[in-house]
Amino acid sequence: MDYFLSEEQQMIVETARDISNEKIIPRRAELDEKNEFPTSILEDMSKADLFGIFVPEEYGGFGGGCFEIVLALEELSRGCVGVATSFAASALGIFPVLIAGSDEMKEKYLPDIATGKKWAAFGLTESNAGSDASGVQTTAVLDGDEWVLNGTKQWITNGGESQIYSIVAITDPTKGARGASLFVVEDGDPGFSYGKKEDKMGIRSSATRELIMKDCRIPKDRLIGRKGTGFITVMKTLDVSRPGIASLGIGLGQAALDEAVVYAKQRVQFGKPIISFQAVQHMLADMAILVEASRAIVYAAARHIDSNPKNMSKASSMCKVFATDAAMKVTTDAVQVLGGYGYMKEYPVEKMMRDAKILQIYEGTNQIQRNVIGQELNKEYA
Amino acid sequence: MNILVCIKQVPDTKDVRLDPETNTMSREGVESIMNPFDRYAVEEAVRIREELGGTVTALSMGPPQAVAVLKEAISCGADDGVLVSDRAFAGADTWATSYTLSQAARSLGDFDLILCGKQAIDGDTAQVGPGLACQMEIPFVTCVQKVRSITEELILVERMMDDGFDVVQLPLPALLTVVKDINEPRVPSLKGKMKAKKAEIETLSAADIKADEKCIGLAGSPTQVVNVFTPPPRGDRTVFSGTPEEQVSQLVKQLKNYL
Repeated sequence: MDYFLSEEQQMIVETARDISNEKIIPRRAELDEKNEFPTSILEDMSKADLFGIFVPEEYGGFGGGCFEIVLALEELSRGCVGVATSFAASALGIFPVLIAGSDEMKEKYLPDIATGKKWAAFGLTESNAGSDASGVQTTAVLDGDEWVLNGTKQWITNGGESQIYSIVAITDPTKGARGASLFVVEDGDPGFSYGKKEDKMGIRSSATRELIMKDCRIPKDRLIGRKGTGFITVMKTLDVSRPGIASLGIGLGQAALDEAVVYAKQRVQFGKPIISFQAVQHMLADMAILVEASRAIVYAAARHIDSNPKNMSKASSMCKVFATDAAMKVTTDAVQVLGGYGYMKEYPVEKMMRDAKILQIYEGTNQIQRNVIGQELNKEYA
Repeated sequence: MNILVCIKQVPDTKDVRLDPETNTMSREGVESIMNPFDRYAVEEAVRIREELGGTVTALSMGPPQAVAVLKEAISCGADDGVLVSDRAFAGADTWATSYTLSQAARSLGDFDLILCGKQAIDGDTAQVGPGLACQMEIPFVTCVQKVRSITEELILVERMMDDGFDVVQLPLPALLTVVKDINEPRVPSLKGKMKAKKAEIETLSAADIKADEKCIGLAGSPTQVVNVFTPPPRGDRTVFSGTPEEQVSQLVKQLKNYL
C-alpha cells in the first residue's frame, strides 16, 4: 500500500534498506551465533547519516520525528531485530535529553549523536523495577557541585557499548514518583562500570548489560531537566519511543512473510508447490493481513505523535501491542510454513521467531501496554 | 589530490539478454545500475580524498539517462559529476570510448589520479581503463586490490594476480583499475542523497571536448563484433612444489600422460 511518503522519507527508507541488504543480512546469522555486537554495522549507519534522522537540524541532524525513526527501524529490522534494537536503544537513550535537556546539554551531546560518533543507552530497569518503574532503588545525592549515584541497572541495551547513558535515580525517597530524576552518565565517569553481558534467546547481536554505579560522581549540570521530573520525562520518552519498537514488529513480520512466501512457491509436495494448497495460502494471507495492519496502525500512531498531541499514550501503546503481537504470530507461522526446514538454523525464520519474543516484553510488556490503554479508556469515558 | 573516477551505467546483470540477430546486448526493459566495479572505484577515490583532501569528480560517457549513476556517485561522496553525451558517440568501441573520455578529462583540468572499475559487466572487456591511460599518456596498473600508500607524487599499490599479488609503485598522475577486494563501499548517505538530488550534472558534447570526429563513435571504432559466445572454461592448473629438480620431474611425468 502507498503511504504517501515525502521524498525525504523515501530517502530514509532507501538508505535503511541499503544498510539492511548490504550490511546486515549477510552478517546476521554470524552475529546471532557469536552473540556479537554489530559495531561495524552501526558505523556504516553513522556514515549513512541514519543516526541524525531524529536530531534537530540546529544540532546537525535532519529534524525528523517519530515517523522517520519508524521508517528507518522497519527496514533495519527486516534485516535483523538485534541490530535494529541497538540503533533504537541509542535513540531511546538520548530522547530524555531531547525532551527535557537544557540548551547547553543538547549542544553538548546532540551533535555527536547526529553524526553517530557517540551512541546512547537508557537506564531505567533494575532487578526490582521492571513493569513497576516506581521500584527504582538507584539513588542520587547532591554533594557540593557533584551528584553521587549508587545502584545497579539491569538489562540495559547498548550497555558497555554506548558512551552516553540516561539514568533514572531517586533524588527524594519521600516523594514517590516525584522523587525520581534523570541524569546523563558518561562512559568513563568515576565509579561507573559494567556488569555481566546477558546470554539471550534472541536479538543476540544487541548488547544487554548491567550498569553499576558505586559512588559514581558526575557534575551537577548532568541533571536532565528539573529535579523530581524524572518519571514524567521517562513516560514522555516511552510514549515517543514505543512506535519504534512497534516498527521492529513490522520489519520482522515482513521479513518472515517474505521468507514464507518464497519458500511456499519453491517447495514441492504431492507434485505441487505448497503455495497452491489452500491451507498454506490462508496462513500466508493471514500473515500478510497482520503485517499490513501493523504498518497502518504504527504509521498512523507515529504521525499522530509527531503532531504533538496532548495525549499520545494510548496510540503509542496500541500500536506497540498490535504490531509486536502480530510479529510473534507471523514469525511463528513462518516457521510452520517452512516446516522442518523452518526449525533449522540454516533458514532465517527460526532466528526471527526467537527475536520476535522480546518485542512483546521490552519497553513495557504488552500487558502493561493494555493497562495503559485501559486506564486511558477509563479516563475518556469518565 | 584531484581524482577523476570513470563510471558506466550498465544493465543489471540479473537479467541480461543478447539480441540473437546482432549479438549485442538488448537493453530494453532492463533496469540500469552503476557498474558494480565502479562503486569500488568511487569508494576508493572518496577514501583517498578523506585522507588527503582535494576533489572527486565522476565522469561517464553515455546517454542522458546516465545522469542517474553520476548522481549516485555524488550520493556516495563524489563532489560532482560530468556526463559526456552526444549522438556522435554512438557505436563507440573501447578505443573510441577511451579517446572520448581522455578528451573529456583534458577539458576538465588536471587530475592527479584516475580510477576505473576493473571492467564493465556488460562488455566485460577491461580495456577502457588501460585505453584511457594510453590516450592520456600516463602510467596505469590494472586489477588493484589495495592502495598501500599515496603521496602527492607517488602511489604504491597491490595488483591482484591469479596466485598472489604484485607490488607496484608509480608516479602520479596515473590511472588504476580496481577490483572488489579493494574496499567495502559505503551505502549512499542521506546527506549525499540530498546533495545528489540538488546537483546539476554538467553535460559535455563532442564539440565541448574538442573531439576529432574521425576518432569518436562508430567511425572511430576499429572493433567489429562478429560473434558473441561463452568461452570454454580454462583447464585445471597444477602448481608443483619442491626443489627445481623435483618440480621438473613431476612436470615431465605429467606431460608423459598426454603423449
